[in-house]
Amino acid sequence: MAEVLVYVDHVDGAVRKPTLELLTLARRIGDPVAVALGNGAGDTAATLAEHGAVKVLTHEAAEYAEYLVVPKVDALQAAVDSVSPAAVLVPSSAEGKEIAARLALRIGSGIITDAVDLEAGDEGPVATQSVFAASYTTKSRVSKGTPVITVKPNSAAVEPAPAAGTVEALSVTFSDKATGTKVTGRTPRESTGRPELTEAAIVVSGGRGVNGAENFAIIEALADELGAAVGASRAAVDAGWYPHTNQVGQTGKSVSPQLYIAAGISGAIQHRAGMQTSKTIVAINKDPEAPIFDLVDYGVVGDLFDVVPQLTEEVKARKG
Amino acid sequence: MSLRIVVTVKYVPDATGDRHFADDLTVDRDDVDGLLSELDEYAVEQALQISENSDDDVEVTVLTVGPEDAKDALRKALSMGADKAIHVEDDDLHGTDAIGTSLVLAKAIEKAGYDLVISGMASTDGTMGVVPALLAERLGVPQVTLLSEVSVEDGKVTGRRDGDAASEQLEASLPAVVSVTDQSGEARYPSFKGIMAAKKKPVESWDLSDLDIDADEVGLENAYTTVVSAAERPARTAGTIVKDEGEGGKQLAEFLAGQKFI
Repeated sequence: MAEVLVYVDHVDGAVRKPTLELLTLARRIGDPVAVALGNGAGDTAATLAEHGAVKVLTHEAAEYAEYLVVPKVDALQAAVDSVSPAAVLVPSSAEGKEIAARLALRIGSGIITDAVDLEAGDEGPVATQSVFAASYTTKSRVSKGTPVITVKPNSAAVEPAPAAGTVEALSVTFSDKATGTKVTGRTPRESTGRPELTEAAIVVSGGRGVNGAENFAIIEALADELGAAVGASRAAVDAGWYPHTNQVGQTGKSVSPQLYIAAGISGAIQHRAGMQTSKTIVAINKDPEAPIFDLVDYGVVGDLFDVVPQLTEEVKARKG
Repeated sequence: MSLRIVVTVKYVPDATGDRHFADDLTVDRDDVDGLLSELDEYAVEQALQISENSDDDVEVTVLTVGPEDAKDALRKALSMGADKAIHVEDDDLHGTDAIGTSLVLAKAIEKAGYDLVISGMASTDGTMGVVPALLAERLGVPQVTLLSEVSVEDGKVTGRRDGDAASEQLEASLPAVVSVTDQSGEARYPSFKGIMAAKKKPVESWDLSDLDIDADEVGLENAYTTVVSAAERPARTAGTIVKDEGEGGKQLAEFLAGQKFI
């Protein structure tokens, strides 16, 4: 069976969930071979093997953290050269897309970004994408070279599928471009203890109607009761009420959770672009004419300052 | 000292319009009003700020690849304050994908001459966000992308890249390719004076032969990816809407419990 390269997104050896979803999709096309780079790369092997990796290619070097993107492209290219895979799958993070694009150019391949599903096809893997603010669904395939495809979080279930996960050291020679952009400082984001926005099963978002940074506490309280991530509309972020890293929409994160709760968000196209593919959508808004109500499975026309705390209390009560 | 900045911009269908696909599954650019991609305005803005804050002689050139109407995007950038514009237009470009577009842009940037390329973080139609990285790869210069803050001094570009896990401080020597996010600073509105001045600014038109690109390197037929199908997403089935009469939160909880979320 053909091998499929999967680029591993990990933090010091802890594999992030979207990579495990990629392994599920990779198994539809061939045998997953994982590529883990940087500090802790070797520690990823056990988790990757549990989820279907037949091989784990690892390489640790300081360059991966000290320079932007290019060292990782060099390594992934070395993996492509050694494996000759049927496809290369990369998580659709900002960095993942940049790595994938440069790799595709180098190996003379086409690239598809932000796939939400992937299936095997006679002429190579077929990727489903959600475009024009999720108003269209397209199916595409790469027609030249080895398909390079980036896949959005929450596009497949994480499935245990034990495989050998044989660890092999990847031989990498960095190109002379690898050290072009130096990372001179890094400030890790403070952990909120909540799930990653793009990976969460439930997202609770607040918008203009939240009316102040301090009021986001009621959004956070509901999120914490549901084990959810917190999102914010562009209006709330531009007003300085919540950090940009939590922005849901065209210029922020695109999320596709099982449940999306929008509180005080009107639902402009910019916001819809980032949440329209959510499985179940719920909204609370004072304005019965708000476009968000066109999308909802359940909507409450009312004041979020009454409805959200009542919902939070009710969730708490039902959990006992 | 002089500094040559090339800003890449895209003319896109208005996101608030009814965007759709043409029969050949390319983006229909005829039936929907177009405009300068909002995210590219941030790139123009940063180029102008670098120019204004520099003691050097800075020239800002805006570059686009697209059909005749794409000139509107160039005009907007010129009216914001860019010095000159280049329009690459050729019938053979219809349907070109990101890989092909990056080839055309890279050749045009090289022909124009540059010290710094500034792009937006993504287009608002294709939204791939890969062109800046592709340009850096093709031009063989450092990629300093997704910056929320950018400055240029002493032949170096520095900036802040806000990622999910960390905020990084980056540094590279010129020439380089930069992309900026919508957090980099609100784009200015063109002034009346700027709009009048833009009418007199030079707009060069280049075609593929000017760039030594063969027709078989670009276009829909030669794209590296093929769109197999495009279907309008079915409208979501109308949901239940209730008016809060004091029990709205409880009713919502009941719905969520019924869906097994709680």
